[in-house]
Amino acid sequence: MSTSEAAVRERLTRALQERDEEIADRWVALQLEQALLGTDISEAELREEADSLIDALVPGLESDAPVDRVVTSHPGLHQAVIGLSLRRARAGATPTATSLAVLALKEALLKAVQLETRDAEELFATAVFINRLLDVAGALSFETYVEGREEIIRRQSQQLMELSTPVVRLWKQVLAVPLIGTLDTARTQIVMENLLQAIQDHEALVAIIDITGVPTVDTAVAQHLMQTVNAVRLMGADCVISGIQPSIAQTIAQLGIDLSTILTRATLADALAAAIKLIDGTGPGGEAGESR
Amino acid sequence: MAPHGESTVASWPPPTHRAGDGGTGAPVTHQVRTEEDLLTVRHAVRAATVDAGFGIVDQTRVVTAASELARNAYVHGGGGTLTIEQVRGPAGRGLRLTVKDDGPGIADLDTALTDGFTTGAGLGHGLGGARRLMDEFTVHTGAGQGTVVVASRWTVR
Amino acid sequence: MTPHRPVGVPILRLGDVLVTGLLNELDDRAAIAFTEELTARISAEGARGVLIDISRLEIIDSFVARTLMELTTVSRLLGARVIVAGMRPPVAITLVELGIELVGVETALNPEQGLAALGWRQAQEPLGGSRRGAAR
Repeated sequence: MSTSEAAVRERLTRALQERDEEIADRWVALQLEQALLGTDISEAELREEADSLIDALVPGLESDAPVDRVVTSHPGLHQAVIGLSLRRARAGATPTATSLAVLALKEALLKAVQLETRDAEELFATAVFINRLLDVAGALSFETYVEGREEIIRRQSQQLMELSTPVVRLWKQVLAVPLIGTLDTARTQIVMENLLQAIQDHEALVAIIDITGVPTVDTAVAQHLMQTVNAVRLMGADCVISGIQPSIAQTIAQLGIDLSTILTRATLADALAAAIKLIDGTGPGGEAGESR
Repeated sequence: MAPHGESTVASWPPPTHRAGDGGTGAPVTHQVRTEEDLLTVRHAVRAATVDAGFGIVDQTRVVTAASELARNAYVHGGGGTLTIEQVRGPAGRGLRLTVKDDGPGIADLDTALTDGFTTGAGLGHGLGGARRLMDEFTVHTGAGQGTVVVASRWTVR
Repeated sequence: MTPHRPVGVPILRLGDVLVTGLLNELDDRAAIAFTEELTARISAEGARGVLIDISRLEIIDSFVARTLMELTTVSRLLGARVIVAGMRPPVAITLVELGIELVGVETALNPEQGLAALGWRQAQEPLGGSRRGAAR
């Protein structure tokens, strides 16, 4: 470290220690002025965030870490910056809100040092130093923000997938799950999990899988269906597949897919009738849940 | 015996996660030398899957895969170790299991991977099944070389 | 007189059906002991049915699957029908993905269904009292 940088660093650290309240106040005020946060983050939260970040800056600056590594090398500081982004990502703030928050912090810090000295050269050196210190934070916070948003989007699409595969109780011990849309691996897994759990919860003996809304049935889809059926059977229940259109039936035959071990019906109503017959057939002394 | 010096590496899919992103804890290695170890290892893997944030079904997948691999090392490899690592990828957290043994190695890896199980004759090496349960799966082995299996699963795929 | 009890669930008798379960800590020794004890009881008591409750089992790997299949085969040879009841959804999903087929093993959703399949049924309760009917 050059002597002047060391001096700058020391002055900044002192300012942080002696004027921490002012810096926090100013930073929060600047962010509120920017008005990019909507109503989802309160002033109190901003203040709390400011306090912990400023507290974390001091040990970081007092360490030996070079200025552009201070933020990333200190777990406390690192966490504070990540927290800053995630908070804004979850609140639905714009991406720039995060970057501008960091910019506002720079301004607040510089202002605090300005109250200690009016020397132009020193102030310039301080501004440069603060830039190097916090640009890393800016980059890190942006990255984290993006990851945070992506995680939210993923979770929401997961929830959407779950919502679009509802399991309904059609009859005593009979469940139905209408499948709509393509049956990819991710979808199949959700369907399987929901269906099996519902079977356990309702003590259902037959699950009707209606594929009217499935546009294409190829070998992959058939495999996914078979897996689901096998899992249901392992649990001691059984399946009926309904909604097989003539065209689908032809495709299945042409592809040589073997669905011979599964009961299939063209309509949901037929499938329900078949399901009831299956269950009635397992009356006194019958074979419930026999695996094939 | 198969020609010596031949080492087979089956790795799929190619690793895409960035390393050095900092997992949430150092890897933990467990011995797999006794029957009790097999149970201990299952508990440890279960706890790790919970820490990593896996749902119950994924937890079951990972613990079952670990059980297969550990039993493999114990039965066919004469004992070995299982290491559990919390890892971080571009999409989120995951768990990496490394199972090593100094046994005779697998001379025909392709067959071992495609065999899987069918009617439980008990000769399957357990690799095919474990592979199907995990997202990434690498096997380093060869006749007389012992075996190292590295398998990972991600919380978000 | 009784051989060494395996770790876990005792084997109870309900008429000519034996009822037991599997817990999670099944190692080689316990599996062998369990199979031995169960088959000894089937033989000694002339049991025609066995209900194994696996609703507490969190993991079924190839080892447990093999144990169940062997148990079923041996019991059948001794004249008893085995039903495995209460498999948990995550376990069923994992077994399917693992590629294991529980060949010859009958499964039921829960012990009630399993017992019904073995010929036991809870009769309708008349007013003023409960009565368990074992209609065969």
